[in-house]
Amino acid sequence: MDSTVQLLWLIPALPLLAAAIGALTPRRGRGLTSGAAIGAMTISLGLSVRVLIEALRDPTAHLTLNFAWFDLGDASLRLGFVLDPLTAFMCVMVTFVGLLIFIFSLGYMHEDANFTRFFCFLSLFAAAMLGLLVANSLLLLFICWELVGLASYLLIGFWFHKPAAAAAAKKAFITTRIGDLGLLLGMVWLYHSTGSLLFYDGGHGVLETTALASLVAHTTIGGLAVSTAIGLLIFCGAVGKSGQFPLHVWLPDAMEGPTPVSALIHAATMVAAGVFLVARVYPLMSADQTLANVPIHALTVVAAIGAITALFGALVAVGQNDIKRVLAFSTVSQLGYMMLALGVGAWPAAIFHLLTHAFFKALLFLGAGSVIHAAHHEQDIRKLGGLRGPMRVTFVTFGFGMLALIGFPFLFSGFWSKEAILHAAYGWHVSPLPLYVALFAVVLTAFYMTRLVMETFFGRARSDAANHAHENPATMTVPLAILAVCAVGVGFVGTTYWPWLQRTLDPHFEIEESGLGLMLLSIGLVAFGLALGWTIYGRTPRAKATAPDPLETAAPRTFAALGARLGFDELYAATVGRLNDAAAVFADVLDRYVWDGLVRFLALLGEFSGVVNRDGDEDVLNGGFDATSKKFRGAGQLYSRAQTGEIHGYLRVVAIGFVVLVLLVMLGGSR
Amino acid sequence: MSFSPLQLCLFFSSALFCIGLVGALSRSNAILVLLGIELMLNAANLNFIAFWRYSPTASPATGVIFVIFSIAVAAAEAAVGLALVIAIYRHQRSIRLQEATRLKG
Repeated sequence: MDSTVQLLWLIPALPLLAAAIGALTPRRGRGLTSGAAIGAMTISLGLSVRVLIEALRDPTAHLTLNFAWFDLGDASLRLGFVLDPLTAFMCVMVTFVGLLIFIFSLGYMHEDANFTRFFCFLSLFAAAMLGLLVANSLLLLFICWELVGLASYLLIGFWFHKPAAAAAAKKAFITTRIGDLGLLLGMVWLYHSTGSLLFYDGGHGVLETTALASLVAHTTIGGLAVSTAIGLLIFCGAVGKSGQFPLHVWLPDAMEGPTPVSALIHAATMVAAGVFLVARVYPLMSADQTLANVPIHALTVVAAIGAITALFGALVAVGQNDIKRVLAFSTVSQLGYMMLALGVGAWPAAIFHLLTHAFFKALLFLGAGSVIHAAHHEQDIRKLGGLRGPMRVTFVTFGFGMLALIGFPFLFSGFWSKEAILHAAYGWHVSPLPLYVALFAVVLTAFYMTRLVMETFFGRARSDAANHAHENPATMTVPLAILAVCAVGVGFVGTTYWPWLQRTLDPHFEIEESGLGLMLLSIGLVAFGLALGWTIYGRTPRAKATAPDPLETAAPRTFAALGARLGFDELYAATVGRLNDAAAVFADVLDRYVWDGLVRFLALLGEFSGVVNRDGDEDVLNGGFDATSKKFRGAGQLYSRAQTGEIHGYLRVVAIGFVVLVLLVMLGGSR
Repeated sequence: MSFSPLQLCLFFSSALFCIGLVGALSRSNAILVLLGIELMLNAANLNFIAFWRYSPTASPATGVIFVIFSIAVAAAEAAVGLALVIAIYRHQRSIRLQEATRLKG
């Protein structure tokens, strides 16, 4: 058992090694880099499976391996790895999906000149995410968290020669950084309050009863329990990373990166990190549930943000015309679902949905990548169409992904995970609103995905690119097929009737008794959404690329607003962006005039004292010495006048002196 | 008014000294100045002899030997002095002392 925990660090270390190999390999070393990356992921997958088997032996245990990183005075900063079912399931998912995406990238990026660099970054991304999963210390988690941010920046901006890609990379990095500030503050506060950042540490960790009890017992500003405040700060980080409502703006723009990167970001690595973080610190987030008279519970905020995000993402996805952007907003919406599940207290349901979503969203993105690759980088669904025939594998697998995403009943994984979330929302006693929002989003999801599939695969080809599209090689279709199988199969580990996964993650997990009513309702809503989508888009396929959308003709202003993402980017540009500009101008003025003036003044002062010093030295001290020596010289000149060189003069003086002497002797003698 | 032999001797040597001094001061010829100095020296020698001769406790030969030494030193000095005069003459083709001012500081 111990030996397995000691193997845990290898799971992130191997992809990191692969990234290092990739970084040191010259550009032509394509085989070496991609081989190293895929090999490392394969071994990590094997290790993860072994770790999962070990974790399932005793699902309630948190096996840890802690070690001191460095000492600061008496305090010791400790890092560690933890092995529990949460880590193990996530590791298996990330390595498996990551491996398939890597293999897909072999085909997708085949023609790119920077193939080597791409695989180096991919490995780094996977390594950071895996490190985040195995971390038993909020600090180690934060380090990996930031590495994930860095890798996402590098990959979104992989085609940095495109200005849009460079801007999107910057946007993703800066937007998530806003959330990370909260996470950092929460982490510092947590360390200040408990003196530790380890999650599990034999009773001394921050997620264990002793620390939680002390965090709940203290209140801080606004009557919040300390645990609530810290939980909300940590949640800020998750909001940024998982593209939740106020900070969602970066996620759709991240589509500027290569499609495998989008798949990786949306399925396995980046956005999963936020949900995982909240699930990991769930004991901290839910600690304040025992308190009755606090202004707000941390989980209530999580549920509210999740509900808003789920609705917002689903609404905006209806109005998008870019195949990847539709999927991006669907990710935003699905992440909202996960946060909602976390908020209503069903964190195993959230992780279940995270796992199933990872498979079918990776499938959808890789399917979209397959379409884009075949259609010569045409991403506009209005210009695609009719791809059902030439791209049969892609079409079938994409259809599986779509059915899983909308929660097509019984067979597909998305149905069971969404069911779990709906049931959890149903059982939440604080407010019924999240349930209504989630049900409404179910309709919207079915509607926009039907629209996407109809526009892309049905009807006639509406551009030359779509006309000449043909199926992709096996490196791209085989991962699609494997993921399609998973999109179906993964759901059966956590059905409503046999919630094995949820029970493994949390032995106390309860399914709310709602009878068949809720399930039938959601099935009905899915059917309604599908029917609506088929009526509008399927019955009369789009004829021309330039023809207006049926919704656009019906409600042009609403559709335009949805297409413009309800104007959040513009809003941020007008408020935060302008504030930032003003702050920049202020800082510029401050720097240029105030600080610079101060510096100049100090410089002047220095110069002045230098002048005083020089003058004092030259005029006063030197002058004094000069004057003295001049006097000496004058005296010397005066005396030297006596030295005429005339012997008679000397003799005369001698004679006079002699006479004076004689006179003195004679006068003295007479006395 | 009558003088003792010692007094007469001292008068005489004083006169001799004064003549030498005036000669040394008033002449511009270096050789004549040297002559004046020799006269002053001899006046001093004369005093030695006189004080020895008329001293109540004179030991034999003291004054004479003193004077003989003095004359010997004076001779050496005269030799040096004449050598200087020749050196001066070689430099400026003249032995006028008023012109020999080049050694001033």
